[in-house]
Amino acid sequence: MIIKTPSDLTAKVAELKAGFSGKTQLLVSLGTCGIAAGGSPIAAALRKHVTEQGLESKFEVVDVGCLGLCYCEPMIEVKAANGKSLIYGNVTEEQIPAIVAAGADKVAEGLQVQATNIYYPEDQEKPEKKVVQTRIALRNSGRINPEKIEDYLLKDGYQALAKVLTKMKPEEVCQQLVDAGLRGRGGAGFPTGKKWQFAAAQPKGQKYIICNADEGDPGAFMDRAVLEGDPHAVLEAMAIGGFAVGADTGLIYIRAEYPLAIARLKKAIEQATSYGLLGKNIFSTGFNFTIELKYGAGAFVCGEETALIHSIEGKRGEPTFKPPFPAVRGLWGKPTIVNNVETLANIPAIFRKGAAWFKSIGTPGSPGSKVFALAGKINHVGLVEVPMGIKLRDVIFELGGGITDGREFKVVQIGGPSGGCITAKNLDTAIDYESLKALGSMMGSGGMIVMDEDTCMVNVARFFLDFTVDESCGKCTPCRIGNKRLFEILDKICAGKGTPEMLDQLEELSNVIKDTSLCGLGQTSPNPVLSTLKNFPDEYKAHIFEHRCPAAVCTAMLNYIINDKCIGCGLCARKCPVNCISGTQKTRHHIDQSKCIKCGVCMRTCKFAAIDRK
Amino acid sequence: MTCCCEKTESALEKLARLEPEKTAQLNAFIDTLPIGKDIESNRAHLIIALHQAQGIFGYLPSEVQQLIAERLKLTRSEIYGVISFYSYFTDKPIGRFKINVCCGTACFVKGANLVVEQFSRELNIKEGETSADGRFFLGVLRCVGACSLAPVVMVNERVYGNVTPAMVSQIIADCKD
Repeated sequence: MIIKTPSDLTAKVAELKAGFSGKTQLLVSLGTCGIAAGGSPIAAALRKHVTEQGLESKFEVVDVGCLGLCYCEPMIEVKAANGKSLIYGNVTEEQIPAIVAAGADKVAEGLQVQATNIYYPEDQEKPEKKVVQTRIALRNSGRINPEKIEDYLLKDGYQALAKVLTKMKPEEVCQQLVDAGLRGRGGAGFPTGKKWQFAAAQPKGQKYIICNADEGDPGAFMDRAVLEGDPHAVLEAMAIGGFAVGADTGLIYIRAEYPLAIARLKKAIEQATSYGLLGKNIFSTGFNFTIELKYGAGAFVCGEETALIHSIEGKRGEPTFKPPFPAVRGLWGKPTIVNNVETLANIPAIFRKGAAWFKSIGTPGSPGSKVFALAGKINHVGLVEVPMGIKLRDVIFELGGGITDGREFKVVQIGGPSGGCITAKNLDTAIDYESLKALGSMMGSGGMIVMDEDTCMVNVARFFLDFTVDESCGKCTPCRIGNKRLFEILDKICAGKGTPEMLDQLEELSNVIKDTSLCGLGQTSPNPVLSTLKNFPDEYKAHIFEHRCPAAVCTAMLNYIINDKCIGCGLCARKCPVNCISGTQKTRHHIDQSKCIKCGVCMRTCKFAAIDRK
Repeated sequence: MTCCCEKTESALEKLARLEPEKTAQLNAFIDTLPIGKDIESNRAHLIIALHQAQGIFGYLPSEVQQLIAERLKLTRSEIYGVISFYSYFTDKPIGRFKINVCCGTACFVKGANLVVEQFSRELNIKEGETSADGRFFLGVLRCVGACSLAPVVMVNERVYGNVTPAMVSQIIADCKD
């Protein structure tokens, strides 16, 4: 069926609603993380159970994208037609009969359900609770089958496109986005509406709109979740953008490392085209729009828009000087908009509910919500979408469930390799673009890596610099060579070979790199060094002056020593990969420090806590 | 160093002789691309062609680079420049079992470096190398996005989560030809 007018769309939705079975849905989260955790066999076993028990008339198994509860995958959500829902985490195949038998009304005996703290501002009133997730970009993720466009249509899908194409002028579309105050969610926070206006103001002719799905920040996976869980939202937003700026071609630049997202996008494009929601003469308005996929090949710098454009052109992904901005001269020299996945995922909602609605969420300077990927030493690893202006403490301790194993919180690193660390004293900061920047960090794409007291900050800075050195494209000398030198200094400090003047060298070099690099990668790459230097000077000093790693991480400065709890079982000696532990049975053993490679196998093997790390 | 132009014919002939089926497969894919005289627009197909070629051959040996260069009417140097820029592409053969340890931040914080060291010791190869018998390749990745399972190890398509150094020997034992 081809949808030719908005009333066709309404009729289609009515038809789908009439055909709604009223069955209780069994949702299985099958994003990349769900599959990796063993979600596929669970879904298969669930289907088998429903068929074997003849329950097809009551239950329907639905494969959905990621709900963000990555810490308890594989999970099953039992969702009744009346909206009641129960979520079971860490599900095993043996639990399936009990879960199905209990249905959505009561909790299966002997099992626990996961509490969720999510509300959907488009569909619900804000609940009483103080700290809740506010889902706009992730509205459909984990709720619908991403491989069925019908599911998206039932969730008001393509209504925004219908409204924009038939009732608004391109300039009104740009203006509404400016009014909403949406800022780029990829990191820099540039107002999206302004970007669209720049491109729209260019003379008519070939223009492009590009979706930046080259999510390269280690520890950030929200874009993948959106693409895997709600691909149509991105397509719809790109078409809206195409209409607003006068582009008839959209390109999605996606990491080759995301095979599942690629497959789902391909399917989504096919389905939207078959309904006439992409292609020629959409909604009979004469507006044409097609979307193609372009693959990345593993280069972090390609997240920078000019580098990304070069990569699509088949060149090395090196950034170039701005201006001219891509909105003026981009792909093949034509005006081009580059928007991040999460940014786009917000756009259909803005046009469904209006700019004022969007602005009512978040802070005046940073309206809306932001998805954060919580990872590291935190209990609830996963995705949370929170209103801007929420306190870091609430995200980490309320939604994130606190630190693993009851350890002490040390820092949270926001913004990946370009960001900085935030310490316990700033946990009450309200998060927005400006406040994070003031703390020497940045929003970045929204990766939040939580670290506990067992983390060495010098080593962390060294890790990020290792990444930057790998990923610097090599075009600018300060970034190519300066970061390498920074890394070498940090490496020496971690190896116990630090000298006092290195502290000043680190700071001076960092500032030079920041000031003289061309693109965002170089301009932000020293941030982890500067922020750890500022917040943890004592750790640097301990490494340099006392040859001591306070967190006992840097192997060159620590020794494994057997204490008097040793009963001489000999287990560690057998496990030691270099045979450096000696001793006779039932007597205290000894580690030959000259041969020890400090792998820590002995300490992990010992059942009597007889090995100390100092 | 001699100029490679003189050996052009033989490089392609060698490829066709050694890998006739794979060469035909790659040629068939390139046939589907709208290649014309305009080098700028041909270049737009370079990365997808390299992806396909690496999928077919497992890596991008110089003969394959030569073939792509000729078909897309680009220079060898440019092709090599692109291959060496992107970490996804490799011009060296890699082992049948690609062991990739995720070293994204979340995995790093949870001790992925200890896992890499353990693999390195047990397989007696360094990161980025293939074992002498051609079975194992040891590499590191920057975040596969399965941070909840950190540290993560991928062996070809199979994912292992919450890996500790003690699990390494079992993971190696799981790799059966």
